[in-house]
Parts: sequence; C-alpha cells; structure tokens
Amino acid sequence: MINRFLIPVVAFVLLVVVLAIGIKHSPEKGIIASPLIGKPAPQFSLPSLADPTHAVSSAALRGRWYLLNVWGSWCGTCRDEHQMLLDVRRSGRVRLIGLDWRDDDSQARGYLQQLGDPYEFVATDHDGRTAIDWGVYAAPESFLVNPQGIVVYKCMGELTPDIWEKQILPRLSQPQAAGS
Amino acid sequence: MLPELGHFALILALLLAGLQAFFGIAGPMFGRERWSAAVIPAVAGQFVMVATAVGCLVASFVGDDFSVKYVAENSNSALPVFYRVAALWGAHEGSLLLWIMLLALWTVAVAVFGSRLPRLFAARVLGVLGVISFGFLLFTLATSNPFLRLDPPAGDGADLNPILQDPGLAGHPPVLYTGYVGFAVAFAFACGAMLEGRMDQNWARWTRPWVTAAWAFLTCGIAMGSFWAYYELGWGGFWFWDPVECASFMPWLVGTALIHSLAVTDKRGLFKSWTLLLSVLAFSLSLLGTFLVRSGVLVSVHSFAADPSRGVFILSFLIVMIGGALSLYARRAPLLKSPAGFELGARESFLLFNNVLLVMAAGTVFAGTLAPLISGALGLGTVSVGPPFFNPTFMLSMLPLLALLSIGIHASWKRGRLGTQRRTLLYTFVAAAVLGCGLVYGIYSHGHLLTPVGATLGLWVILSSLVDPVDRVRRRLSLPRAVIGMTVAHIGLGIAVIALTTVQSFTSERDVAMAPGASTSVGGYQFRFEGVGPIQGPNYEGVGGTLVVTRNGAPVAVLKPQKRQYSVQHQVTTETAIHYSRGNNILVALGDDLGAGRWSVRIQIRPLVSFIWIAAFIMALGGALAISDRRYRLARTADAVPAEAAPERA
Repeated sequence: MINRFLIPVVAFVLLVVVLAIGIKHSPEKGIIASPLIGKPAPQFSLPSLADPTHAVSSAALRGRWYLLNVWGSWCGTCRDEHQMLLDVRRSGRVRLIGLDWRDDDSQARGYLQQLGDPYEFVATDHDGRTAIDWGVYAAPESFLVNPQGIVVYKCMGELTPDIWEKQILPRLSQPQAAGS
Repeated sequence: MLPELGHFALILALLLAGLQAFFGIAGPMFGRERWSAAVIPAVAGQFVMVATAVGCLVASFVGDDFSVKYVAENSNSALPVFYRVAALWGAHEGSLLLWIMLLALWTVAVAVFGSRLPRLFAARVLGVLGVISFGFLLFTLATSNPFLRLDPPAGDGADLNPILQDPGLAGHPPVLYTGYVGFAVAFAFACGAMLEGRMDQNWARWTRPWVTAAWAFLTCGIAMGSFWAYYELGWGGFWFWDPVECASFMPWLVGTALIHSLAVTDKRGLFKSWTLLLSVLAFSLSLLGTFLVRSGVLVSVHSFAADPSRGVFILSFLIVMIGGALSLYARRAPLLKSPAGFELGARESFLLFNNVLLVMAAGTVFAGTLAPLISGALGLGTVSVGPPFFNPTFMLSMLPLLALLSIGIHASWKRGRLGTQRRTLLYTFVAAAVLGCGLVYGIYSHGHLLTPVGATLGLWVILSSLVDPVDRVRRRLSLPRAVIGMTVAHIGLGIAVIALTTVQSFTSERDVAMAPGASTSVGGYQFRFEGVGPIQGPNYEGVGGTLVVTRNGAPVAVLKPQKRQYSVQHQVTTETAIHYSRGNNILVALGDDLGAGRWSVRIQIRPLVSFIWIAAFIMALGGALAISDRRYRLARTADAVPAEAAPERA
C-alpha cells in the first residue's frame, strides 16, 4: 500500500519545481517592455545642466549610438549605478547622455561634482515632460538608441555590469539591420 | 559606529541561533542533558543581540544617518520622527529584521511560558525555532544586510515611499508579522513531537494557546491591512485578492482549520496526524508567502525590490524547512494511533467538515495565487486571476461552512444524535431567515440572489453561537473562558458575513467630473463640490478639495479629500476623505485635474463596511479570551486526561 502520508511531501516537491521555474523566469518578467522599442526616440530640446542658458537637443545625437540615462540627485539607486556609468564613459563604447529628471540644478551639479561626471552632456527636465514622452516609470532608467535614432533597448532600474555585458554590448556590436 | 555594532550583533545572533538549533535538537537526540539545558541561554543571548541590532538601526533612522544605505533609501531629514521609526520596516531589509525580532520574541515567550513543558520536548521546540532563526538571520546577512554603508554618504535620504507615510505602517506590518511568525511556534511544536515520536492529548493542549494567539494577531493584521488599503489606495476597495493578501490569507484559513482540529485532538485524541500536518502547513504557507513577496516571482502592490538571488535563497530555505518537516511527517505520522471512532453527526464529524472546507478554501486561494506562476512554468503565457475566480470559488466552500457551523455547534462529542437540539436548530434558523430577509428587503428593498442567503447565514451563526452560553447561564452552570472566547469569535464571524453581504450587494459608486459649485447625488446623499485649494505639509504639497454632503437638505458632513505631491520622490498620493453616517461609509477621493477648476471625483457609499474590520477584531478578541482560560495555565504536565473526564465544550 502506498503511504498516504507521503502525499504532502510529493506535492511539495511539485511546488518547488514550479517555484524554481518561476524564479528562472522572473528577471525577464520583471521588465516592463517599453512600447518605444523599435520606434524612433522622442525628440527633446532642453536647457543644459552645465549652462542653463544653452539648450541641448536630441537632434545633435543622430548618426551614432547613444545611451540616455534618466537620473536625479534625489534617487538612491542612481547613486548605486553611478560607478557603472563612470566605467561606461571610460570604455568609450557608447555616448552617454544624462536626463536629469525633476531635479534642482544646484543639487544635481553638486552630485556630479562629488561623484564624478560620466555624461557627455546632461539635459534638465524640470517639469518631467520629456520623461513622460520617453515613458519613464522610475529613475534610473537607460535607453539605448541606435544611429538611426531608433530605441533598441530599455533598462529599468540599475544598470549593472551584467546588463551591460549581456544586453548592451552585443547590441552595439551587431551589424545594423538594413532599412531600419 | 552604531551600524557596525548592529551588524556585529546580527552576526552574533546568527551564531547563537546556530547554537540554539544544535543544542536544542542534538541534546535530546544524544541524551546530553547539559546540551539541552544550554538552549535557554542561547535563546536569551540571541534575543539580546537581535534587539541590539534593531536598536542600532532605529537609532540610525532617528539620527538621520544617511551614510547607511538603507536609511538613505527609506528616510529623509524632512520625514517626521514617527515615520522614521516605522520606516525601519518600510522596505525589504528592515522588514526582515522585524520578522527576526518577532521570531526572537516568540521564542523567548516559549522559553518562559513553556517552563512547565517536559524539558526535552521544550529543548526540541526551541531547537527547531533556532533553525528558523538561523535561516532568516543568514538570509539577512547574506543577501539583505540593512547595515551596509554608503561611501560617500548621501546628502539627504530618498524618503520613505509616500504611500507608506501613514499610521497604518506603524500597525499593520508588525501585527501581521506577529501572526505570521507565531505559526512558527506551532510548527516547532509539531516538529518537536515528530522528532520525539510521541504525540498525545497533552501536546494538543500545550499547542492550542500558541496557535490561537498567532491566529488572533494574524486576524488583526489582515484587518488592519484591509482598512489601510481602503482609505489609502484611493479607490475604496477593502480586499483585492492581491497575491500578497492571498499569501496572508492562506495561513489564516489553515490556522483556523488548525484551531478546530486541535480542539478535537485535545478533547478526543483524534485527528492526530491531520493536526500535525496542519501545524506544519500553516507555517509553511507563511514561509511561502515570504517567498512570493520577496523573490519578485509575482507582481503585487506590496512588491519589494525584486532580486532573483533572494528568491533562490528563500527557495532553498523552504526546501530545508518544509521538505524536512514533511519528510519527517511521512515517517512518523503512520505510527500515530487514534483511540476511538465517532458517529456521523457527532461534533467530530462537523469539525472534520469544517477542516475539509477551510483547507479547500485555502486550496482555491492557493491555486488562484499560483496560477500565473504555473501557467508561466508550463509555457502557457500570462494569465491573470482576479475576483471573478476568487469570489465564487471562495463562496463555494464558505456557504456550506457557515451552515454546518450553525448545525454542528449544537452537536455533542462522540454521539451522533442531535435529539432535543433539533428544535433549537429549527427555531434559530427560522429566526435568522426572518430577520435576514427582513433586513434585506425591509431596509434596502432589493438585492442579489445571495443577499438574503448571506444575511440569513450570518444571523444564524450568531444565534446558534449564543444558544449554549445562554443555556449555561440560565442553568447557573459555569461558563469557562474558552466557551466565551469561542462564542465571541463565532459572533464575530457572523457579523463579518452580514457586513460582507451588505457591502457586496448595496455599494453605490460614481466617478463624476465636477466643476466648483456643481452637485451630484449618490445613494440618497447629495454632494456639492466647492472646488480645490492649495495645501502644504512637512514633506509634501498639493491640493485639497471640499465637498459638502447633505441628505434631504440636512447637512451630513464636509469632506476634504487631498491630492498630495511628495517633494522628494515626486510621487502623487490620493488621500481619501471618509465620513461615517447611518451605518454607511461615505468615501470621496479626488481623481484627475480636468482643467479650469474641474476635477474628477470618486464618490462611494459602502453600507456596514466598518463592521468587516470590527468583526475581525471581535474574532481576535474571542481568541484572546479563549487563551486566558484556566485550563491552559493549570497542570501543564499532568498526565493525559481521559476524554470523557473533560466534558466542557471548547
């Protein structure tokens, strides 16, 4: 006779299998796919953080790959990813553009002075309109845009060395799809 | 310095928990008296160390030490001190620390109140609790250390999530966790009995107060969370079948079943293996809930920062704890013998149905909660399971449960004939049906098919529960606290059923666009919108609206809902305004600014909704009364009392 007291343990083993598969799938599930992917990057023209009288615009970005990093001096996770951004800048593989989201200019400058400035330039989005255009959900977020101005990848949350190596570098080295 | 001290205390606590586990389990196993005795100092030491760690983190929060990463991420210099303390459990790392702290408190309570337990058994129980503490401390130190420093320190903190800046944060998590963690005691008692290979009616009597206490806390915790969601989240719901709500509700259902099966094991020596299994399951479901909340496998309003490595760790811990306990169960449970049978129609069989139905309800909640995971695992794509699944399936087991409760409460132990009780049964049912239908059609004059059924069942439960105590008082018999407690808890259940029925059937709700001066009418009340004005708080600004509520021209209330914009996190929160009137909760919330002074306004009238939460507290109060019964305090180590010698019902 089968020991009926074994049933709970067998059911538990099945549950563990489901949970294990759940964990394996969860990193992808956690990403909210951006509707922007495969579409042209939204245009912007905003005051520069370095010189607010001077405007910086997305028009100047065509022709080369760039990574738009949405950040703010008020954002804790941005602080965590800052070292990674400095490394990205040092690698020289991609232009790194900052979008300072709903921030105070002097605090943002202090933040970059203290931690180092990884950005080629920083656009200041005081009222958050540009962030809405880009569909920003929470800082930090990074958008990878190809030379044709098409968004090819969005990183929600901290940009980690793992994401850099597995998601961004392979895309940078891919030959450009014709016609896009 | 303080964060390092806290970190160090946590490491010492881990070592002491390891010693507690080793001495508690190995001592009795190898017959080493002194090892078993060493478990008590380990428990005390572990508690002191955990308390030190918590104290250090609280000090860092209150002292605005933004060099501590966890403080920098969850606090701000503008945050009121009250919330700086509560922010301790505002995110993943600190809430784990709270969990550990509460487990340490329960462990100390077992060590103190369990001093009259047989020594070896007490050592085993504390040893098993030590294993659980060890696992959680290791988890905290390895993946979720709240004492990590920032270099350089942050100038100011990123602030506590604005939704959490509410008195609800001070109460809901600690009370809920106390309940969650409390089931660890029942789990440890079950494992202790299985390790010992012996389980008798005394065991059930020792375990009962602990289970009831944990259950009462869990009941309060869930109700507080439901109330918080109702007024804070802005859309006026009180239960969403959110995965995390389900995660707390499953242990509650199984814990309720356990309370009833323990009663049978205590009184009659039956259902032994089943009771053991439920004791293991109640805590296993608490652990599973922890896994679901913190691994990020399910999407929920309660989501903590998801991290797959945490998921892997908790899953391994689940395998060790639950897998270990269930394997032990498979080996030891077949050896347990039940001394006697019972007739169909005896109280035992009603409690068996109670257990089957409660576990069935927990099973449907479990299935609904895990359905997205299972379909994902099988590659069937994303499914979302919501109220259309949960409401009917849950009612499927609850309606028979309520009817059987009203009947079974009159049944006597062992013998199956209802006899003279048959007339009482009929009278209470007719009275409940008349009152129930009168309530529905007299006051509200309409309703769904299930409205009179729900009202009748709720009233029947209340009337049936009162029969036995009233009878005892009339015959001048003693009325033990256990019976009072049971009656109060069942009355609470009846009230909850009536309140849920009226809320589900008679809620009126409207979302309207209102310009200043505009009026609208909902559920017999008139609302005039007076427009909005600016407001300013310590760490937020925003707008506050004013609505004047009248009923047939007579003033009822002036409601002032708000829309707040928190300055640090740039998050907007909706603060509802609620007024209690004639049994109804009138809730208004500001929606969107439609321009030119016009706003969308949500107006909702829920009849008797407050009684859902009041009923939960009544149930918990019943649990507290039952625990205070003398029989749990006397003769803890006395020999097993023959079942027939303990005739009182509980």
